[in-house]
Amino acid sequence: MSDVTVHADEHVHHPFLQHQFEDLGQQHEASTLGMWVFLATEILFFGGVLMAYWIYRTIYPEAWALAGEQQNTLAGGINTLVLITSSLTMALAVRTAQLGSRQATLVLLFATMLFGATFLGIKAYEYNAHWHEGLFPGSHFTWHENPELAPKVQLFMVFYWGMTGLHALHMVIGVGLLVWIISRAWRSHFGPEYYSPVEVMGLYWHFVDIVWIFLFPFLYLIPHFGVQHG
Amino acid sequence: MTSVTYHDVQFLEPAKTRNYLNVDYGALSWLLTKDHKRIGILYMVSISAMFILGGFFAMMMRLELLTPEGDLLTSDTYNKFFTLHGIIMIFFFLIPSIPAVLGNFILPIQLGAKDLAFPRINLLSWYLYMIGAFTGLLVVIIGGVDTGWTFYTPFSTQYSNTHVIGTTFGAFIVGFSSILTGLNFIVTIHRMRAPGLTWYRLPLFVWAMYATSLVQLLATPILAITLVMLMIERFIHVGIFDPALGGDPLLFQHMFWFYSHPAVYIMILPAMGVASEVVAAFTRKKIFGYTFVAYSSLAIAFLGFLVWAHHMFVAGISVYSAMIFSFLSYFVAVPSAIKVFNWTATLYKGSVSWQTPMLYILGFIGLFTMGGVTGLFLAALGLDVHVTDTYFVVAHFHYIMVGGAVMGYFAGLHYWWPKITGRMYPEWWARLGALLVFVGFNLTFFPQFILGYLGMPRRYHAYAPEFQVLNVMSTAGASILAVGYMLPLVYLLWSLRFGRKAGTNPWGAVGLEWTTSSPPPKDNFHETPVVTWEAYDYPAMLKAMGETQNV
Repeated sequence: MSDVTVHADEHVHHPFLQHQFEDLGQQHEASTLGMWVFLATEILFFGGVLMAYWIYRTIYPEAWALAGEQQNTLAGGINTLVLITSSLTMALAVRTAQLGSRQATLVLLFATMLFGATFLGIKAYEYNAHWHEGLFPGSHFTWHENPELAPKVQLFMVFYWGMTGLHALHMVIGVGLLVWIISRAWRSHFGPEYYSPVEVMGLYWHFVDIVWIFLFPFLYLIPHFGVQHG
Repeated sequence: MTSVTYHDVQFLEPAKTRNYLNVDYGALSWLLTKDHKRIGILYMVSISAMFILGGFFAMMMRLELLTPEGDLLTSDTYNKFFTLHGIIMIFFFLIPSIPAVLGNFILPIQLGAKDLAFPRINLLSWYLYMIGAFTGLLVVIIGGVDTGWTFYTPFSTQYSNTHVIGTTFGAFIVGFSSILTGLNFIVTIHRMRAPGLTWYRLPLFVWAMYATSLVQLLATPILAITLVMLMIERFIHVGIFDPALGGDPLLFQHMFWFYSHPAVYIMILPAMGVASEVVAAFTRKKIFGYTFVAYSSLAIAFLGFLVWAHHMFVAGISVYSAMIFSFLSYFVAVPSAIKVFNWTATLYKGSVSWQTPMLYILGFIGLFTMGGVTGLFLAALGLDVHVTDTYFVVAHFHYIMVGGAVMGYFAGLHYWWPKITGRMYPEWWARLGALLVFVGFNLTFFPQFILGYLGMPRRYHAYAPEFQVLNVMSTAGASILAVGYMLPLVYLLWSLRFGRKAGTNPWGAVGLEWTTSSPPPKDNFHETPVVTWEAYDYPAMLKAMGETQNV
């Protein structure tokens, strides 16, 4: 921490200290708070659509149960494991960046990115299957089993595609950000006094993980709980 | 490190250094700027253009309503005009007005900071605003939209033949601009305050902006996701909100108002912040009950989230929930009234001077009170059923949004104009403008209370002949109001070249923004200020000045 104790009037600037901040400590606190505040916005964003989902689940429990059975629980379960593991590697990467261990940070960040890509690959496989089953809402939507429930099953699938789609979009952005963070780690930008980007990246990544922790049970596991159907 | 207090700086000549305006030149130095002051100016220019466009639609409506027959505009055109008026004025003018223009410019200076915490995100928010605004303009050019600014389903998703998706997309994008501004302000207020500037030494404008930012952050994403669902429903014809396809239109209204009621506080809270600054500066007194005024902003922001369904009393919600929302709506009046009483108490025995910002704020206090009290009428279940969708509602929210928010914006614009540009506006013309706005506003909207109470419904281009006298009065008032709004456009531009040089502190006001030169240097202060005084310490300043002048 010796570099940080430089007095402001000596004008020795860390290369990554932005001009509006007095020192790296202030910059770090601002970056992390900024991400927390952004995540608060994100919670409301996902919260709105989750609430709408929950209301229709209450109104149409039967259709929700039927639609829930169309989901590939095994694929969803594997994806959950993949994502939780990626959160572990991400958390460890923050720690190694803070310790200034470039090699380990690069490996862990790369692993995180790989897990993220794996998640998206499995998700794409599921999307592809649903598409061919005619479960994409709109004019191609097909549901023959019980036609009177078709519009409601379609409504479930609107929420399924909408919420997992939004989540996947966040994952794509996350993987993109990881590429940028990895390139910075490669150039040895991070060390004990400056690792804010890795930590902020970690906050974002964990958030996207937590969103999935809600989506997986909502969409794959509980749609048919507490509902009797013949 | 030496501390700079207003006692020292008060009498210093502005330093002969470069300021933020002449530090570099050229279009790119503006379009790629990360300086919060320049971004504030970019916003000022953009929202002024939107204000003129929204005002044009309002004027066309008022001209149509001169006569009971629908003779100037067809009903389709009229529908589009009131929709565009609402969307432009709310999403593209009022929401960004005080935060993105005055907040952007003044807030970091009031905190003694060099810039906002995230200058690049600040510039991004302006570009998002511009993308949204151009989408909106495109919609105007290719044929408009007729859903009303509320986009109620299923009309907006299944039946309207106008450009709903383009409009909602524009509003969606502008929402992110608003979120990013709020995020930037919250982090800046938490992390960028000058040494010695504790929370209770903050100007009340900062408290108001903090409360506003909270609402922007927590309400806007709900609008965003609601508009996404609306676009999906319109695009692929599924029944998220359409009852014919199994959806629930009430859910749309709930989600829409969960944003759009707090949005009213995004508009009015910053104006209240300006009011506190101006009242203190032009009475030369400490604000009466500082902590009450500060916390009432937070209370309004909080309570604002709990009252949305009072827009839906006739929409078919249960009587019990309507009663609870009615009850909660009354609560918002408490912190609002606390503010009004505290401003009034500050006026008492103050040495009031009648400069233009003060004229606007005195108008603001009166008109906001009218708007607030009629808001209580509307929060009452029985009366609301009587006047729902009439001109009473139109008059009420214009008293809040125009009489409150726009008056506050103009007050702040005049108050900080010398700081922003380094020039004084012409006082006589500005006072005339403030007077015209006040008279024109009341003549426009007071008759609408009566019209609404008598039963004239809103959103029609024709009306029963017995309503004509009051409508003619309203249109006459709107013409005066238009002149009142055009005047500042002329004399403020004039003042850029011919205005008297302002100097550091033309109002003799306290606050960090009045300790730096006008216009401020690029980094706001020549050295980081250290704050050793309470907010609005006018008694101490007057005492210090008295000692200097040996009075």
